[in-house]
Formats: sequence, C-alpha cells, structure tokens
Amino acid sequence: MTDIIAGGKRRVPLLRRFVGLAEAMATPHGVDRYTELIAPTVTVNDLRAQVTAVRREGDRSVTLSLRPTRQWRGFRAGQFVRVGVVVDGVRHTRCFSPCGSEHGADGRLELTVKAHPSGLVSQELLERARPGLMVDLAQAAGEFHLPMPRPRDIVLISAGSGITPVLAMLRTLVDERHDGRVAFLHYVRRPEELVHAQELRRLAAARGVAVIVGCTAADGAGDVDGHFSAGHLALAAPWVRGAQAYLCGPARMMAAVREVYDGMGLGARLHTEAFDAAPAAVPSDDEVHGTVTFSASGIDAANTGDVLLEQAEAAGLSPEHGCRMGICFSCTAVRRSGCTRNALTGEADAEPDQPIQLCINRPVGDVDIVV
Amino acid sequence: MFALSGPLGRTITRRDAALHAGAPRPGTADPVVLTRDDIEAIGRELDALRAETVAKLGAEDREYIYNVIKAQRGLEVAGRAAMYVPFLPPVWLAGVGALSLSKILDNMEIGHNVMHGQYDWMRERGLSSREFEWDTVCPADQWRHSHNYMHHTFTNIVGKDRDIGYGILRMDPDQKWNPYYLGNPVWATLLMVLFEWGVMLHDLEIENVVQGKRGWVDVKPLAVGWWRKAGRQVLKDYVVFPALSGPFFVTTLVGNGAANLVRNLWAYSIIFCGHFPTGVASFSEEETADESKGEWYVRQMLGSANISGSPLFHILSGNLSHQIEHHLFPDLPAHRYPELAPRVEDICRRYGLPYNTGGFFRQVGSVWGKIFRFALPNTLVGRPKVPEVVIERSARAA
Repeated sequence: MTDIIAGGKRRVPLLRRFVGLAEAMATPHGVDRYTELIAPTVTVNDLRAQVTAVRREGDRSVTLSLRPTRQWRGFRAGQFVRVGVVVDGVRHTRCFSPCGSEHGADGRLELTVKAHPSGLVSQELLERARPGLMVDLAQAAGEFHLPMPRPRDIVLISAGSGITPVLAMLRTLVDERHDGRVAFLHYVRRPEELVHAQELRRLAAARGVAVIVGCTAADGAGDVDGHFSAGHLALAAPWVRGAQAYLCGPARMMAAVREVYDGMGLGARLHTEAFDAAPAAVPSDDEVHGTVTFSASGIDAANTGDVLLEQAEAAGLSPEHGCRMGICFSCTAVRRSGCTRNALTGEADAEPDQPIQLCINRPVGDVDIVV
Repeated sequence: MFALSGPLGRTITRRDAALHAGAPRPGTADPVVLTRDDIEAIGRELDALRAETVAKLGAEDREYIYNVIKAQRGLEVAGRAAMYVPFLPPVWLAGVGALSLSKILDNMEIGHNVMHGQYDWMRERGLSSREFEWDTVCPADQWRHSHNYMHHTFTNIVGKDRDIGYGILRMDPDQKWNPYYLGNPVWATLLMVLFEWGVMLHDLEIENVVQGKRGWVDVKPLAVGWWRKAGRQVLKDYVVFPALSGPFFVTTLVGNGAANLVRNLWAYSIIFCGHFPTGVASFSEEETADESKGEWYVRQMLGSANISGSPLFHILSGNLSHQIEHHLFPDLPAHRYPELAPRVEDICRRYGLPYNTGGFFRQVGSVWGKIFRFALPNTLVGRPKVPEVVIERSARAA
C-alpha cells in the first residue's frame, strides 16, 4: 500500500474508485471472496501469508519463512503476530514472535515454532508445514519491543522458545550496526535443544555483541552451567547497570531474573514478555470455582456453575439471546480467556478469543467474556 | 398429562384425562401414544445421533462447503459474463440459468446453512454465522432473529411461529378466518414471485403494524437495515452490472431480474414444502409450554416434512429437502442430513411416529391444495382427517 501512495497523488483516488466499484460488484461477499479463488495470495483487504520455506531443527522445532500479502505493515523486533492454521478443518489461532530482523529483506517473516506434546497448532506445523501453505495473519502487536532511539547498552535474556522476540532484537541491532554493547544470554536444557545455533555464532562475531548460551541440565555443555544467576549476568554484561534489559521465557525463569534485577535496584530497566510454553490446560475436575468477568460491562461475579447467560442475567446484565437451548446462536459472545464446558456435549475448550454460545456454556474456573 | 394430536395444524388439549381418554375422531386410525419414557428415550437417541455427527465434523465438511462456494462463485462469474453476449440467445439464457443457480446455492446451501451456525466450529471468519451476508435483499441479522430464533425455537406453534402463513396467509385451520383470506391464492402467488422482498419484510411483522401493535420506533431500525442491504443488492443487479455491459444494459438488467425471479420461485417452493404439506402438525402455546428437550424434538419431527429427490436436488434445496433432520439439528452441517435421514426415519418407525416425506411435485401440490382450501372458512371445508399422536406430558406442564 505504501509504495502505491508514494507513487503519486492521482493513483490513490483511482485505485480507491476501482476498489469501490469492485466492492459494489462483489457485494455482499467482498472482493477477497472472489480473488482468493484465483490465488489465495491475491487479496484486497485480508492479510494472510504463504509459507515459502520450512526448516526443521532437532526433533521439536520448525522455522517457517512466510511471505505476507501486501497489507502487511511490518513489525518491531519483540512484537508478536497471530497466526491462524487449519487443523482437521478448524482454524486455530496462536501468537508467535517473529525471530527475524525488522530490516529483513523483502518483508518476509520468520517464525520458529517449538512443538509441545499437547500443542495442536505447533504439532501440526512441525509435522505438516510445507512451502505453499497459507496461514491467516494479523498485524503485529505488543508493547515488548526495542524503543526508538535505541538504548546504548542492551541485555537480552531468554530461555527455551522465549528466544524468538529477543533474537529478533539481536538481529535487528546487528543489522543496524548498533554501536553500543549487546549481551545475549539464553538458556536451554540440553545443547541439542538450541535453535538457530549457526545464526547465533554468526551474530556473536559482530562488534560489541556477546552471546552466551547456558545449559541447565547438562554440565559443561554450555558457556555457563545451571539456571540463571547473578553471576551469569555479571559475566555476560559487566556493564549491566547502565543497560536496558529485555527478557522472555517461562514464568519461573522470569521470576528468577526479576528477583536479581530488583535486588540490584534495576527493576525499572527490565522489560518483559510472558509467554505460555504450553496451551492453557483444561481442568480435569468440574468443581465450581473462579470468577466470571463480563469485560464489556466491567462486572466481576463469582462463578455459580450456571450457564453464562444465566450468570450474566443474575449479574444484572441483559445480553442478546434467543432460544436458550443452543440452537439459534443469538447469544454468541467472545470468550476472551479461560475455559468453558459445553453443557450439551460436555466438551471443554480454552482457546482464547473464541465466540461461544452463552446459553449452553458453563465457566470452568476464571473466565473473561465480552458481554 | 395432556394429548397433542397431529393432524393438519389442529391440536387438542386434554388435561386431567387418562392417557387414552381422547377417543379418535370418526374416520381416523387409533392415535399413536407416546409415553413420557418414550419421549425421553427418543430425546436420548437423537442426542446420541447428534453427538456422533459432531464428533465426525472436520476436514471433509470444510472441503465440502468450500467446494460448494467455489461452484457458486464460478456459476456467478460465468452467468454475469454471459450477459455480454445477448446476441447469442442460447448463451445468454445459459447465463441466466447459471446466475439463477448461483443465487440458489448462495441463499440455500451456503447462506441459510452458514447463518444457522452450521460451520461456526470451523472458526473461519468468512463462514461465521455472526458475519455472513447472503445474496438477497434481506439483512442477515434480521433473518437470524426471525428464522433461527423465532421459527426454529417455536416451530409450528400457532401464534408464536410467524412462518405459519408469514402473517399474510392462512395455512392452518386454527388461524381465524376472515374475508381477507379469500385472496389466499393471490397473496401466495405474489409472495412466491417477490419472495426475497417478502423474506426481507418478515421481521417487520406486518400484521402487527396493521393492528397498531408495532410503531415507527420498532420499524425504523429494520428499515435502516433494509435500505442498506437492499440498496446495495439493487445497485449491483440493476445498475452496476447493467451499466458495465454498456450497450446491453437492458438485456443484462432483464437477465439479472430473471435470475432473481427463478431463485424466488425455487426458494418459495422448497420452503413452503418444509412445514405446510398435508400431515404436518401444528401446536398451541399452552401445550408446548415448558417443554423438555425430548418434547421439543418430537414437535420438530411432527412439524416438518421432507422432499425426496436426487443428491443434486438436495444440494439445490440447501438440504432443506431434509427439513425434519434440519429442524432436529439446525446447527449441524446440512450436507450431513442425508446420512442422518435413515436413522431418524428408523426412530420414527419404531415409535410409530409419522415421517412425512414425498416427491417434490406431491409436496408442492399438497401445499397449494392447502393454500386454496384455507382461503375458505373451516365451516365450508372442514378439518382434514389425519392420524393422531398422543403425547403424555410431564406434570410440570399441567
């Protein structure tokens, strides 16, 4: 889009007029519902991406190169994107942080996905992703990214699949020939779990960059041994007091880093991104507990175990509804987070941001519903 | 406990009577009797059938609906392209046919079914019941209210289901007769020809506006929706595409109008065969108050009728030829109905329930028979004689 706008004043209204006419012809379905039949990459409005290369590393990780359609506005190193992948007929959406440089050639996107044994989408991508695969994509989002202008000295800390946003930062800084100091401190359990090993070696050769890989479960295999410690930090970045730090990893590791930083009085310099290593687990027991948050109304109520429509009404709300028996879909609302169980089928589901029928779903624990 | 008889839109309430107390009317067979246990057993069987089908949903259903969509888009593009050669009448006529088929597929196998939430489980934005719009003048949100909620929840309950006669026809002996209904065949013909506009006006509840029960406050938001949706549809079919065909403006306009008309005749005929053929039951509000799921299921089965035909016929009817299965499972992908039909019919047979099905012409003929018959008061044409179904209801309803 930007290159067309930059191309001259007259082309914008012409293009708009053309798109307007095309929309009038394609109503009510929209132009994309026709163009996608020619080629899935040809869209006027919808952003999506095509996999152009697939590289598997170890037995659990896969790195995808994606070419987004022209609506893609790029990303800032550290941000995440939502990617929608079809698994057995159902489109599932997950967040991934691109691990390439902001300045990557031709606007491609690089995602490294670590497969979890129970991860539907990650398993699907690990086993079946091929060049040509189309995925849904949303514009990059998230506050976790390098600020402008760049801080002079930067510490990047990560563990496991938390490497992706900070690797994007490191690659971006190297591409920018950043003239400050950069320490990259990353943890894996065993050396064979390290992804992008070759790329890390290349980046380590850049001026002012220190790359240190810690192995937590294999003594002597890494640059440092054991879990994160103040000693590792001092080794990687003796200049840590003047630096800004960016951290991404599993909750326990993040807590350990936070403790060290707070202990040094540097808490304000530590910027973090939490990520869920495993998809939200469905509780096995159906004991009634938790809080139902009706986030569009700003009301919290203790979960009574009733279906959500009745709980909303008990909280004084009157959401749109119809049949109250699960057939008319009038009461469908978005479950932002948490797990609900379908009262008709007994099936539980915890995928965030999914539309559900209020009249036949009961919350299991804490649930945030947009009502 | 009370009884519910299933002949042609008539229901009899027999409170505090013994189960068999209702003597069948002269000339009818002994009523079929369903006990409470029977009804709950039917409910369990249908719930199990539903669960079995839900478990099967996956890549196959996705592929099916996208193939139908591809076919529809292909027919649409081909039909609109053929409008550019009106000087070759066979090609132009084939174009009208293709565009008609496109609109039929769009409205029935795609639109109606997607808007029922049959493909919501795919979590695909373009196929979400909340977002889908169809190629007809009726706005999707208004349709979802009058159809998915009102009609599918209160199916064939006289006074609640406005699909009984759509507020302008008399299709049931329990609808009170007045001289206006002498025009029944005329109103039905007009509704058939202008069907998409009739569907658009459905949520208006014209009879309530006439009676002063609904005012401008209720109507205004609907009218805004019509203006927006119908405006775009009219612009597309009667201005933009004719204009784009330059010298062939008039023939394209006629062709587009013809395609809309063909769709109207077809959709009307299929939809009227769903609930109006002879033998379909209607119900009163009191006898259906506080229904159990099993009772709801039985009402859906007694209140709907199927049309037999070929696989292509079923697709073109949006599988509404399987109206009984559709009313039992309105949110299951409709292309699954043919495989469910023998199982549902078997349940009906085992419990002695009627399973109303017949060829297209028989069912359409039966519907038109009713349209003419109920133009006249019951005193002249009487009530049709059909076997009864007696339903034992739980005490909470009494």
